[in-house]
Amino acid sequence: MSNPQRRLDLEEIGNVSIAKFVDKKILDETNIQIIGNQLFGLVDEDERKKIVLDFTNVEYLSSAALGKLITMDKKVKAAKGKLRLCCIRPEIYEVFEITRLNKIFDIRGTQEQALEGF
Amino acid sequence: MGPIGLLLSRVLRSLFPKAHPGVMSSPEQFEVVIPSDTSAGQAVQERIVSRLEELEFSSRDVFGMRLALEEALVNAIKHGNRMDPDKTVRVEWAISSDFVRVVIEDQGPGFQPDDVPDPTMEENLERPCGRGIMLMRAFMSHVEYQGRGNILVLEKRRASA
Repeated sequence: MSNPQRRLDLEEIGNVSIAKFVDKKILDETNIQIIGNQLFGLVDEDERKKIVLDFTNVEYLSSAALGKLITMDKKVKAAKGKLRLCCIRPEIYEVFEITRLNKIFDIRGTQEQALEGF
Repeated sequence: MGPIGLLLSRVLRSLFPKAHPGVMSSPEQFEVVIPSDTSAGQAVQERIVSRLEELEFSSRDVFGMRLALEEALVNAIKHGNRMDPDKTVRVEWAISSDFVRVVIEDQGPGFQPDDVPDPTMEENLERPCGRGIMLMRAFMSHVEYQGRGNILVLEKRRASA
């Protein structure tokens, strides 16, 4: 557990970083903590400004994971960067709708749409 | 299959029209007591959810149940028992072919669910906490806190196809 493998697959397209979640389930405190730290590292350590989070693999996500995404969004905004989310399956999108977080996140359908005009 | 076999299967089908593994006359009931450890919570969650999958509950029902259990167990372990290794969480559940009821009881001080700020209010939207209860309410048929707020009842009726 102290040596967590990467939980985000990173790809650079132009000046945009695409971070794809590796896990199917973003549940459980320890797991979410690790994923959160790797997300924050993209802004705090790597100083990336344009980030797309790709949810293709994600089948489950809890409110604790939403908390990390909110903190991530704030960090990116504070660094004058931009964050977009894409490839969210319908059940997960419903979670964003119920919590009204679809209002604060910039959510796009596909990776191509997320990269458009970014 | 010969004519007699065919007749026999027809008679059996008319006697037991819904005879498939998903149909039970009385609900299955279980109870476990787990330590204040989220991985133990995950194991119970997995046990309940895989039973719903076997009973062919819809993927949305299964999704909602997993999410509600995750939120409920994390709340009980983290906020209720505050990860205290001397405290435990009791989980009791009953599953029938169209209904699930889960009772989760922690040994914490309890809380007033009405005191939790509404996370969908504009001023709270960016707060990273407080969405668990709301998600449980959205995905379950019924959610109720009992006792001093340390007992949670989750009920889910199978969604009609």
